[in-house]
Parts: sequence; structure tokens; C-alpha cells
Amino acid sequence: MSNYLVSVFSNTGSTTLFGVRFFKELFTPPFEYRAFVQQCYAVGYKALPLVSITGFIMGLVLTLQTRPTLAKFGAESWLPGMVGLSLIREIAPVITALICAGKVASGMGAELGSMRVTEQIDAMEVSAINPYKYLAVTRILAATLMIPLLVLFADTIGIMGGYIGANIHSSISFTSYFSKVFDSLRFSDLVPAIIKTFFFGYFIGMIGCYKGFTAGKGTEGVGKAANAAVVAASLAIFIIDMLAVQITDLFLSN
Amino acid sequence: MTAPTTIPTEAIISITDLHKSFDNDNKVLNGISLTVNEGENLVILGRSGSGKSLTIQCAIGLVKPTSGSIKIFGTDITTIDGSALNAIRVKVGFLFQSGALYDSMTVRENLSFPLKKHHKNLSKEEVEEKVQEALTNVGLLDAIDKMPVELSGGMRKRVALARTLILKPAIILYDEPTTGLDSITAKEIGELILTVRKTYNTSAIIITHDMACAKLTGDRLCIIKDGVIAATGTYAALADSEDAWVRSFFI
Repeated sequence: MSNYLVSVFSNTGSTTLFGVRFFKELFTPPFEYRAFVQQCYAVGYKALPLVSITGFIMGLVLTLQTRPTLAKFGAESWLPGMVGLSLIREIAPVITALICAGKVASGMGAELGSMRVTEQIDAMEVSAINPYKYLAVTRILAATLMIPLLVLFADTIGIMGGYIGANIHSSISFTSYFSKVFDSLRFSDLVPAIIKTFFFGYFIGMIGCYKGFTAGKGTEGVGKAANAAVVAASLAIFIIDMLAVQITDLFLSN
Repeated sequence: MTAPTTIPTEAIISITDLHKSFDNDNKVLNGISLTVNEGENLVILGRSGSGKSLTIQCAIGLVKPTSGSIKIFGTDITTIDGSALNAIRVKVGFLFQSGALYDSMTVRENLSFPLKKHHKNLSKEEVEEKVQEALTNVGLLDAIDKMPVELSGGMRKRVALARTLILKPAIILYDEPTTGLDSITAKEIGELILTVRKTYNTSAIIITHDMACAKLTGDRLCIIKDGVIAATGTYAALADSEDAWVRSFFI
């Protein structure tokens, strides 16, 4: 038990140091622009199809599941507003972040883990190239900036999915649906939801890179790094979400 | 091709009383001391797990020793900060056992990557010229557009050597350069090590189990036993040693 606790605290400590190093290295020149753009492409563009499909299904299913309950109370007209609010405040950020934890964090864990095992990271180090700056900073920054964009995209596609869902059992025009969605939204709904996605992105990138950099030897180490990256990033997303909701509630409840 | 018989005397690498232990009780290096003179090829022999690779990993700063000093060009690398260590690393090449080529890059990109990082003022044409020159020196210009996965084991080692040479290092640390290669390719790599020394005027530490490679490339040989240097001398002197354990390496 005591060994387990020591390992948990030691792991938490080294993850924190790894994460803090990002801010130091980010502002130390030179900046690896080319590698950063490549990572934005890998994190953002390549996740678009998955995020699109998931976002659409989220909106559609949420509408279909909620409609009967609202209909019971004669509150069907609240459907667009409720779907929009649920998607933007909670469902789209968390589901998109979880999908990215599965795709992006595991990808980073496996790729960097494989580079660690095959001594490619050591090869950079002995060539006097900072592997943290070249490999980790570019990936963490790309995830931090791309995941909020993916969430905004999932919000939009999800609301579209909700529109199609709303039209399966009843009829509502495109303009009317969207005006009802936007009527129910305030900036205080959108801003905290967007801010937390930057934290989701940072932690997904940071945990993926950390697990890759600290991968054990052999192919087993690569598999474990990818798996641990998904588990830890998913857990981090839920913890950040809980904290974000508490903080938002504290400041905006009135 | 044979190893030269005259050895310059100025020490370019000087390792003194190097200790390294893991988890406090697993002692691997127990006081290694050795020197490499300018222009000399020093071969390190020893059984698997004796700490040969660990010694050169400490020498390049990949592993922090528990105690001892490692002087390269007269500077103790165990006491300097990261940027000073990087300034030394630019002048020291390291050839990994696996080659450690960057899988996501072509051969051209593998070579141009460190060059662009350390010589930012070079034009595209100059980078290309240096890449081609390094590949020509290892006889692999034809592979310039290939991905590492398309190369054989011997070719990967050659490309890795070219990548090491592109920064024109004064010292090269070879970690088992012939392991996993057939005897003909291993001999070619051994001859390449000698050609590199002649062309680039390098000094080297060569870790190997391959006695043919040790005989071909080594001016002086060291044998590690129980984490210390147990014997040092030329190939001929060690092969005729009175110590049966030392002679057992040459059978």
C-alpha cells in the first residue's frame, strides 16, 4: 500500500514538473513553427471526421431522447434552447475532449513511446536538439489550441443534428430553430465552456506526451504508454469539468 | 585496411573513477577510468550487462553518473549546465546500436534535420550539398529519398553514421556498430569506421562484441569486468595475456 502511494505521488509530481516545463520552454526561443503546424494538422484536421459524426449524433440523439419528456409537459417549444444549452455548456466539450483523449492522447503516447523505445528521442538529445521543445511543446500547444476549435465545430454540427432530430416528429423551420437556440444562450454560457476546453486540450497533449516520454522498454512499454495516456487524460477531463462547473457556478449562479 | 600503429598522446576524453548505480543497490559501474587520445580508436569489450554501453551513455550525458568525472576536451561534463553540455555534444557523435533513425523522416531529412538546427545560416543548396557529401562518404547516395523502414540493417547503420558525420564531430561514440550484421557487412562497417577517422580526423570509443571489428578498428582495447577496467592493451598484447579470462575473449 505504501509503495503504491509513493508511486502515485511520485508520478503526480513528475507529471506536474513535465507540465510546468511546457510554459518555460514555450517562451524560450527558438519556436518550432513547422513542427507546430504539422501537429495542428494532425490534432485538428485529422480529428474532424470523427468529431463531426459524434457531434451530429449527440445533437440528434439528445433531441430524440428529450422530446417525449418535454412533450408531456407541453414544453416542446423549449427543445431547441435546451438542446443548444446542453450541447454548448457540457455535452459537446466533454464528449469531444473524451474522443480526443482516445485519438490524440493515445496517438501521442504511442508515437513518442515508440520514439523513446527505439532511441530516437535519445538521438535528438545527443545531437544537442531539445526533444521536449521539438516534440512535446509543439504537440501540447497544438492540442491546447485545436481542441477548442474542434469543440466549437462539434457545437455547430450538434445543433444541426438537433435540428434534424426536431424535424423527425414535428416540423420547425431552420430559421425558427436557430433563433430559439440563440435566444436561450448567453455569453455566460459560452465563455466558461470555451475556457475549459483550453484546459482539456492542454491536459490531453501534456498527458499524451508525458506518457510517451516516460514509456518503458520494448513494445509492451509503447502499448502501456498509449493505454495510460487515454485513461489519465479521460480522468483529467472529468476532474477539470467538475472544477470548471463549480467555479462557474460560484461566480455566475446569480 | 589496418589500424595505424602510432597513437597521438593528447587525451581528448578522460574518464576518472566513474560510478553508476540504479535504485541505490544495483551497482553497474564501480570506478571506470580510461582515456582516449586524439585520433585514437579505443575499443571497449566486456560481457553483456557489464556496463560498456552505460559508460558511453554517461560520456555523452544521456545518463547521469552517481560519481566520478568525465572530461571531454578538458571540460568535466558532469558539472556543467544543459547549454554548455549541448555545445560539447555538437562536437561528439553517437552511433546507436539500432541506428535510431527518425522513422517519420526520409534519409535526406534525417541528415538535414540536425544540420538545419545547428547551422541556421546555411542555404538550401548548401544543406543539400552537405547531405549528399555525407551520404557519398558512407556509399549510400542512392538511398537519399528512402524512408528508414525501406533500409536494411547495414544501410540503417551507414545512414546513422552519415547523420553523425554531418556535424563533423571530433569524437564518435559507437555503440555496437556491427551487432546484428552478417560478417561481410560487419567488415564493411569496420572499414568505414577507419575511413571516417582518416577523412574526418576523429577519435572514437567503440563498444563491441565483434572481435574481428575490435581487431580491425581498435588501436587499444579495454575489457570491463565487474564495473571496472580489468585489462587494457593492444589486440595482440591482450590476446597473449597470461590471464585466462582475458584470453577467453579472443578464442
